[in-house]
Amino acid sequence: MNHFLTLVVNGLSLGCLDALIALGFVIVFKATRVVNFAYGSLLLLGAYVIGRAHAALGFAAAVLLALVVTAAVAALIGVVLLRRLRQADPGALAIVTLGVDIVLATDLTRRIGTDLLTTGDPWGAEVVALGGIQVPQTRVAAAVVAVVLVAGFLAVVKFTDWGIGLRASAERPATATLMGIRLRRVAASAWVLAGGLAAIAGLFFTAFPSPGITGGVGQAALGAAVPAAVLGGLDSTTGALIGGMAVGFTATFAAGYQDQLAFLGRGFGAVAPYVVMLLVLLVRPAGLFGSKEITRV
Amino acid sequence: MSDRVRLLLWPPVVLLALAAPLELAGFWLQTGLFAMAAVIGAIGLTLLVGVTGQLSLGHAFFVAVGAYGYAYLAGIGWPPPLAAIGAVALAGLAGALFSPIAGRLRGIYLGLTSLGLVFLGQHILTNATAVTGGFNGRDAAPFNLFGFSFTATDPELTVLDVPFGPLERLWYLGLLLVAVSWWYAGNLARGRPGRALVAVRDSEVAAAVMGVDVRRYKAAAFTVSSAYAGLAGVLLALAFGRIVPESFGFLLSIDFLAMIIIGGLGSIGGAAAGAVFVTALPLVLNHYSDALPFLAQPGEAGIGAAEAARLLYGAAIVVVLLFAPGGLAQLARRIRTPRSARHEPTTAGLADRPAPRADGL
Repeated sequence: MNHFLTLVVNGLSLGCLDALIALGFVIVFKATRVVNFAYGSLLLLGAYVIGRAHAALGFAAAVLLALVVTAAVAALIGVVLLRRLRQADPGALAIVTLGVDIVLATDLTRRIGTDLLTTGDPWGAEVVALGGIQVPQTRVAAAVVAVVLVAGFLAVVKFTDWGIGLRASAERPATATLMGIRLRRVAASAWVLAGGLAAIAGLFFTAFPSPGITGGVGQAALGAAVPAAVLGGLDSTTGALIGGMAVGFTATFAAGYQDQLAFLGRGFGAVAPYVVMLLVLLVRPAGLFGSKEITRV
Repeated sequence: MSDRVRLLLWPPVVLLALAAPLELAGFWLQTGLFAMAAVIGAIGLTLLVGVTGQLSLGHAFFVAVGAYGYAYLAGIGWPPPLAAIGAVALAGLAGALFSPIAGRLRGIYLGLTSLGLVFLGQHILTNATAVTGGFNGRDAAPFNLFGFSFTATDPELTVLDVPFGPLERLWYLGLLLVAVSWWYAGNLARGRPGRALVAVRDSEVAAAVMGVDVRRYKAAAFTVSSAYAGLAGVLLALAFGRIVPESFGFLLSIDFLAMIIIGGLGSIGGAAAGAVFVTALPLVLNHYSDALPFLAQPGEAGIGAAEAARLLYGAAIVVVLLFAPGGLAQLARRIRTPRSARHEPTTAGLADRPAPRADGL
């Protein structure tokens, strides 16, 4: 029973982190219909900046710097690169981001090389004991930050003019334009926001108990974001939260009960989210909360 | 391509390809073999993504099925040609099995789901040790055809004073397979099924109205494309000699996508050109890294050959899509046809066009 409770708590904390990662992925898709394959590399970039700068600047300033850098790079991708292709189809845009991802990931991996980079966060390897259940402190911090950011984001989307603009332009771009909403500006701000989120997610994704900042982080993060975002529904922020939770729980439980799941092979926890994603898509081809594609003749 | 240009261009290309093993060193033959495998796989993918408009990031999975299928079947004692055919059939079957899922999904959802297939495939490859050899991989038996072995010894063969080793022999096998694949894909794309597939790409509803069985054609496109991937896998297994799960991951899928984008979606010649570019670039840069001053040697700081190649082709994807959405095929067409007769292709091949809005605007 205690094992089960431990898994629940760990699944919850990992789920918060996964939801945070998926959120940045979904925001861009919602605002621009572009699947941002460069998201993993943006995350890695954020972690890399923190890893290089925290010794000189201190942790807080390093995180701030990372926020600025990733937001700027994301804006660069969204505004400068993709603007040329505004009329092109979203599949082609997704592949442009794939090209950006290859360039970013290759260069960052090269820069990291064999260095051992850590995030230098104040929580270190401390573990919190909650009634006999052990949770790494970073995961608690991640969960708190994720809850605050996500709640804040949802509130902004619901109540502010910007949020209404985002929802309107996602739903009916043409009508939104007629109502005076500047689609370009909404899209650019979505990219900036996603970039900032990527830095925060990168911090917690590479902090303890992860092995640190390595070149593989980008691909691993994309590997977590994709099933979470897809099974929640690519254009739904609520979907990203539920999807992230589902992925976190699935991965934690598949790893926690791996002795019982031994017939599925070692390391099944890593691919279990994809199995869940495939099953969900079989029933609901646009994810749990995604808007269905309408076919008009 | 106008027929006259075609007639002028093809004979020298074919002659060069046929004569290559007489002149080229082992490294180039090896590079050529990898490129040929990639060409076959890329042609298959462009049939699916470019012609039919079904975005797939799962091509590496089907390539793996082909490669491991061959290694396994030849390993349990099937004659190699039969094992190769069996492997291609297995890959086609895998594609057919995936097609009911694929048929329900559209555009980017399909792409991301097929990406899941690659991760699942990696898991199976490392865990189903009895079949795949697990993490350390498995040897692929050398090929032989009616007693003619594709290893150096049996029978010995020397042409124009050049001893024909395994690489030279495989080169011709590869050429034959590429030629057959190219010819078949060309006929498929130009014929009735090809027009049906293009119709499915452009509008499923319109295609259905015209009497195209959308579901069946999508499934068929998936099956054929996977069989192509399987054949690429077989050739890859023969060229490597030993296959490991790592070779068939996410990166290979991305490579294939890069090939058909750089080449120009839906163009078979373009896919082949893109495949040669993406495959040969890292190998060639690596080969000449001593001579290229801007490349760092292994162990030095700076940009190494493998990294330079990845940076170059990552940038190539971006540049091609930004400035020449039709890829190499479009550039070639631009050179050949007068400006007035031009019909510029678009990136419309990638499905997932914006969902029609209910605005009616």
